[in-house]
Amino acid sequence: MKSTEFIRYNRLPHRWCAGCGYGQVMNSLTKAFEKTGITNENTVVVSGIGCWGHVDSYLTTNAFHGTHGRALAFATGIKLANPSLNVVVILGDGDGVTIGGNHFIQACRRNIDVTAILCNNYNYGMTGGQYSGTTPEHSYTTTSVYGHIEPGFDICKLAEGAGAHYVARSISENVMQTADYIAEGMQRKGFALIEVVAPCTTHYGRNNNMKRPSEFYKWIKSCAVPKAAAEKMTEEQLEGKFVIGKFVDRPGVDYGTKYLEVQKKAQAVAAAKAAE
Amino acid sequence: MSEHEIRFAMGNDALAEGAIAAGARFYAGYPITPSSEVAEISSVRLPQVGGVYIQMEDELGSMAAIIGASTSGVKAYTATSGPGISLMQENLGVAIMSEVPCVIIDVQRCGPSTGVATKPAQGDVMAARWGTHGDHSIIAISPSSVQECYDYTIKAFNLAEKYRTPVFILADEVIGHMREQYVLHGGEIVNRKQPDPDTPAGDYAAFDFEKYEDEVAPMPPYGSKWVHRMSGSMHGALGFAANDGKSANKNTRHYCTKIDKNRDDIVITESFGMEDADYAIITFGCSVRPAMAAMRIAREKGMKVGVLKLVTIWPFADKEVKAVLSKVKGVVVPEMNLGQVRSEVERYNDRKIPIVGVNRVDCEIITPGEVLAAIEEVAK
Repeated sequence: MKSTEFIRYNRLPHRWCAGCGYGQVMNSLTKAFEKTGITNENTVVVSGIGCWGHVDSYLTTNAFHGTHGRALAFATGIKLANPSLNVVVILGDGDGVTIGGNHFIQACRRNIDVTAILCNNYNYGMTGGQYSGTTPEHSYTTTSVYGHIEPGFDICKLAEGAGAHYVARSISENVMQTADYIAEGMQRKGFALIEVVAPCTTHYGRNNNMKRPSEFYKWIKSCAVPKAAAEKMTEEQLEGKFVIGKFVDRPGVDYGTKYLEVQKKAQAVAAAKAAE
Repeated sequence: MSEHEIRFAMGNDALAEGAIAAGARFYAGYPITPSSEVAEISSVRLPQVGGVYIQMEDELGSMAAIIGASTSGVKAYTATSGPGISLMQENLGVAIMSEVPCVIIDVQRCGPSTGVATKPAQGDVMAARWGTHGDHSIIAISPSSVQECYDYTIKAFNLAEKYRTPVFILADEVIGHMREQYVLHGGEIVNRKQPDPDTPAGDYAAFDFEKYEDEVAPMPPYGSKWVHRMSGSMHGALGFAANDGKSANKNTRHYCTKIDKNRDDIVITESFGMEDADYAIITFGCSVRPAMAAMRIAREKGMKVGVLKLVTIWPFADKEVKAVLSKVKGVVVPEMNLGQVRSEVERYNDRKIPIVGVNRVDCEIITPGEVLAAIEEVAK
């Protein structure tokens, strides 16, 4: 199927604000769908609650629109019950690594064969721009007007530390790079995490001197350091920036494949018992 | 001789075997006593029959995973106790809202909070009914023997499939850990309705319940030619968000009426000695056992006492309770909580007859003597 066939045009225009990066990520997502050769029938997009979670409404695939933070847990059941499905999980920074942080690290550890696309816009956009688990320290949100005092998570490091087999980060304006990572992640048999940094001009931008979308995009561009360049930079030089690129891509056996072995052993035990 | 396997085992064994006999092939849960054996037995048995057992990170994830598995077309269940039930309430709402069949086994223990690990109680009656926010109806079945654990778990799956709804098994520590003989006889299996095979491929309206007399729309599994959306947010027939009052009004009423209007098909009660009874004991779960003993003792003493056993707690057996209240002089409601079912019984007490509770929350099962004393008190 062509990328455009994954877009549900009759549901457009989308609900995202002017300047939001999620339309770009949706573009990357449908391009990745085309690249991997999946169909809308054999694919389920599982989302939580948040601005990025709206994306399933604009796609022609199957969808499961669940609760805030739990998308990976729903996806775990969907995939294990029918391993032939392509399961793509839509996460935000609040959804994926704040309220859903435990599901996130456990999914990384278990190596369930699903691909998670986590859009990070540094705040809770849908509820009015409050701080999330990725909001940078010293920045401003509607609930940290005196300056944020918590450090934010590095999502990719969190995923890597939790044992994910495929981890990459991109930015929403790098549409092709994001599409490539998503497609590659989907082709890997195991859990893949692609973080995409995207602007929220309505809230995070407004509260951090980036009222115009262009200012936010420029700021993201100035913070995003390609991995190769970052390797030559000192820690001080990398202060306040983030690295984009592929961090983890290692082989491993996914949970579903391992469970086939469990079933084999269990059935051998049952057969031996029946023969007694 | 029966060709069926006969086992001497605990209720938790029968709950797991009942689920497998009903066709369930997916379990997700988080360990908690006194339900742990359901998980352990499921972890052994499910892979033997081609199913999947997974231990999730918590009960939030467990509930989500069984809903996910069910949407993939596989019957799914979980088992927990009070603290887990509290955590499952969030995604129980998703199962209600997106009308996903699944079974939640609650082997009740003393609460609130961590309560007394791992002593019995029957305190989750209202948690099962109203624990998740928003208006809805629910089905809850309470077994009072090991055989009933098996039989009514099959029934729970059948009702879940028939009405596209989550169903509670409200067991308790007494029944879960009590050992009795039971027969693994299988039984009638109901599977969810599927779209007419001639329905064209493409977008499928999985929430078009208005088209069906029983208010239940067919539910294809993911991966079929019928592409569809499931949603825990307020939605229209196609599952797209519908944040308008009209949709909210229609759907919310639907979540109630699809169960309430079929209550005659759902509600199960059993009567013992009610034909000539002057006094009735209305009870459920483990408290049925002392009630039956108290009835026998009372009858030996010459008192005409009957028992109305509530197998389904929700929807409430209003008609059956009303019929009892219309002809007896007094009612005793033994339960291991402080009156959760008694308050329901009292709603139908038009004649204002005496209704007395026998309530224990000290982790000890109610004795026949306590029930008998209550009958004698009512009869004074």
